[in-house]
Amino acid sequence: MSVRLAGLFLALAILSGCATPTLRGTGDLGVVIERATGSVRIVDTTHHASLARVGGLGDLSHASICYSRDERYAYVFGRDGGLTKVDLLRRRIDRRIVQAGNSIGGAISPDGKLVAVANYEPGGVKVFDANDLSPVADIPAAGADGKRSKVVGLVDAPGHKFVFSLYDAGEIWVADMHDPRHPVLHKFAGIGKEPYDGMITSDGRFYAAGLFGEDGVALLDLWNPDAGVKRALVEFGRHGEKFPVYKMPHLEGWAATGDRVVLPAAGKHEVIIADQQTWKEIARVPVAGQAVFAIARPDGRQVWINFAFPDNDTVQVLDLPTRRIVQTLKPGKGVLHLEFAPRGEEVWLSLRDENRIDIYDPDTFARTGSLPAESPSGIFFTVRAHRIGL
Amino acid sequence: MMLSTAATAALAESPHPGRERETQLIRLVRQDCGSCHGMRLTGGLGPALTPAALQDKPADALVQAILQGRPGTPMPPWKNFISGPEAVWIVDGLKKGFPDVR
Repeated sequence: MSVRLAGLFLALAILSGCATPTLRGTGDLGVVIERATGSVRIVDTTHHASLARVGGLGDLSHASICYSRDERYAYVFGRDGGLTKVDLLRRRIDRRIVQAGNSIGGAISPDGKLVAVANYEPGGVKVFDANDLSPVADIPAAGADGKRSKVVGLVDAPGHKFVFSLYDAGEIWVADMHDPRHPVLHKFAGIGKEPYDGMITSDGRFYAAGLFGEDGVALLDLWNPDAGVKRALVEFGRHGEKFPVYKMPHLEGWAATGDRVVLPAAGKHEVIIADQQTWKEIARVPVAGQAVFAIARPDGRQVWINFAFPDNDTVQVLDLPTRRIVQTLKPGKGVLHLEFAPRGEEVWLSLRDENRIDIYDPDTFARTGSLPAESPSGIFFTVRAHRIGL
Repeated sequence: MMLSTAATAALAESPHPGRERETQLIRLVRQDCGSCHGMRLTGGLGPALTPAALQDKPADALVQAILQGRPGTPMPPWKNFISGPEAVWIVDGLKKGFPDVR
């Protein structure tokens, strides 16, 4: 047999040995967390289809996801310190490590090479190689008092940075990752009591941490870090009665629309609309309960809001130009999260206690689809791969 | 193992909210308390509620924490949603190892 013929046979053998996959992109895919069963569903937003269920991801209460820059892999951050890399094309776990005892989410570096995880126990940030999840750097979060602190609100920022907050210590840290094995830390102490979550505006300029123990937000202008952390929106939350908070607001979802930012306040049944550049209050809008997520439609016209227990059967829609609630929906019990399609023509809601995902048309507010899911919580579409801070 | 008289009495008095309500309470604890304490109650922003974590905490104080909240911390009062006997039942369950959602 000639060498060439042998090569041909070999090639045929390899080809027939693999099931020939249907070529497809991943830009219209997403992942839904099934929090009670430690599984995720890979969903197709074009066909409103659930493509696969992938299990074995551990404790997924409060799980979140970021994506590789090629939108093929989802990094799933579990409560139990699990970090799982899920392959959306092969529909299976690619790699999985348990890197801490108790965790609260993570971020991917702007170049896609590093995945960082915010840990409660032991308090700190651990950084891993995005390819094989091997350890790269460990940043213990010891505050000015020397005690380890829970880390919250970890985001990526332009300039090879990760930014995060220390809940117990009341600090914001910026980690410069230009030399990944030797992060350079810029620490801001005394930023306020109990920062419970943080977010970065979509332009990557402002990092804001919500404070539970004090009024207002701690604000860092990353274009001018030498000016230090300032307090913004201090009046917000000062007036009137404070309501009990049965679930903490999530700031990752703070709707930053380019010129406006919409924030749920802890202990208030209202959201605030502020100017995204000056962080001055523009308006307060009464809403149905303690807002958890305020998510802007990608065009920035509407903001969809869900609520903490006992109002977690309700979703309200804020029209930003008129600053009015234009729709109140009762989609079902346990509305935990919402995610817009990349261009905003539909929005997906997770209904934990109904065991399904519902899809709505944000123009007509009509339900246009539904998918089964076991106790669904977070919904994450692959478009997040290319958004700063997600 | 021998149970002390006091423990036997506490067990005997342990209230039973009824099967349907117990299912609701288990779901509430796992899902809603779980937002801060973790679905497996191993802790999150709030402390762990496992038997080991609670072994030195008096049951009365835990019942009060559930009903009244803990001022100065994010723990809210649940008295509008959970009755006194139900809180006792929850604390009893937490100290033994809380049941899973049925």
